[in-house]
Amino acid sequence: MLDILTTWLKGGVLEVQEYVRLQAAALQAAVSRPFYARDVVEQFDQIGIGSLTVVVLTGFFTGAVLALQTGITLDNFGARPFVGQLVSASMIRELGPVLTGLMLAGRIGSGIAAELGSMVVTDQINALRALGTDPVRKLVVPRVLAGLFMAPVLTVLADALGILGGWFIAVFQLRVASSLYWTSIVDVLALPDAWMGLIKPFCLGYVITTIGCHVGLRTKGGTQGVGRSTTNAVVASSVAVIAVDFFLTRLLITLLY
Amino acid sequence: MDRQPTEDRQPTGVQLVESPAIELARVSLSFDESVVLQDVSFTLLPGHTKIILGASGSGKSTILKLILGFWKPDGGIIRVRGERTDTMSERDLMRVRADIGMVFQEGALFDSLSVAENVGYKLYEESGTPPGDVRRRVEQVLGFIGLADYIDNMPSELSGGQRRRVAIARAMAAKPGIILYDEATTGLDPITAITVDEEIIKLRDLERVTSIIVTHQLRDAFYIATHEAIRDGSRVRIVAADEQKADEAEFIMLRNGRVAFEGNASELRATHDSYLKTFLS
Repeated sequence: MLDILTTWLKGGVLEVQEYVRLQAAALQAAVSRPFYARDVVEQFDQIGIGSLTVVVLTGFFTGAVLALQTGITLDNFGARPFVGQLVSASMIRELGPVLTGLMLAGRIGSGIAAELGSMVVTDQINALRALGTDPVRKLVVPRVLAGLFMAPVLTVLADALGILGGWFIAVFQLRVASSLYWTSIVDVLALPDAWMGLIKPFCLGYVITTIGCHVGLRTKGGTQGVGRSTTNAVVASSVAVIAVDFFLTRLLITLLY
Repeated sequence: MDRQPTEDRQPTGVQLVESPAIELARVSLSFDESVVLQDVSFTLLPGHTKIILGASGSGKSTILKLILGFWKPDGGIIRVRGERTDTMSERDLMRVRADIGMVFQEGALFDSLSVAENVGYKLYEESGTPPGDVRRRVEQVLGFIGLADYIDNMPSELSGGQRRRVAIARAMAAKPGIILYDEATTGLDPITAITVDEEIIKLRDLERVTSIIVTHQLRDAFYIATHEAIRDGSRVRIVAADEQKADEAEFIMLRNGRVAFEGNASELRATHDSYLKTFLS
């Protein structure tokens, strides 16, 4: 029993050590030559443009359902006109970043782990090294940069579509005046909300892509291993999104409000 | 262990003082309790071919990974072109790898790149060669291996044999002095395997490339050792090599991570070792 526990702990410590080492190597590679600009552009396209549909749909329907649910509750207090405030504050501060993060964890985390995992088991990573290319520079840095910068952009879009979804329900179902909806949003939003809505996805994008790269590059055991890595990447990055969101929220509330 | 002095197998015109292209001295490697290589030593002179034979799991491919610096040995010394690589950092190893081409088992072509992009990868990405020059070199190399018509195809559109030949083209495109072949013919039908063998022979005899060939296919090992490529006008012909040329190729047989035999093709055929005889039968 003790042996199993020791092996499990050693495995856990090793994973953390390798994850930290990968991040250090990626940081060093990001600030030194050579820089694979073409791969960075390609990843911005794949991660950013490629995730647009899923993020936009998620944002829109989340905003809509939020308006539906809160509308009923607000009615009890005669506060139906304030539905816009609730939808916008929830979307920008919490739901936009977290749901976009979870969508990216499913789409990007799994994709990165599967792609890099396949490259590992088919010797393509070793082929890169044999051809004089550092896999961290070529594969990890572009994905992490794309995650860092595209997650906030996607989150802003999700927020916007969420607020639009809320407006749709507020106006056509709850019969709230359109001008009242928009005015209530403008009145309640403050700069700290915008910062929170931008800092969170920046961090979540980093966490999702680095976990995907780490899990993918440590794939072992053929196609079965690729499947295992893909699942692990989604599970680990989804849990990380929720956990990092909690700690960030705690920190940002202290710093910004 | 049968062992012949290296000096006896010098090819005509090669100086005895010539420094080895690759040298392994008492190299050992273990993973946990499992010994992968133990006290493996050999030298390979420039322009020569070393054929490493052995059963699956005997440590053949591990030697190539150690030479390229993918793994570090637990003990012993590895030198490539006189530089000690077993203690080198990854950054310095990149410089050493610039003169080494590697043909991986199954080819290891990049799925997302076309044949031209695969073959010209090193030149496109790592050398700063102008795209026009890279394209010309890619066409030249693909012409050399007879796949010029497939230049714009994707790897998924190629047969197994074609993929291996493209892998050879990729390894030779940047004109390395050393090429390592890891089971380049495993899983191929005999006719396709011979085609791949002939590319290896052409590179050795026409481009003077130093080669290490890892295989468990005896037929291919002996074919490469006993044939040579000659230019016949504009054509290249593969013919049976004379005895002296055939004895230039050096064989190593690995058994459980140890060198069980080192010598040329004739000596390997004449061995009385029961394990080697079983392997050869």
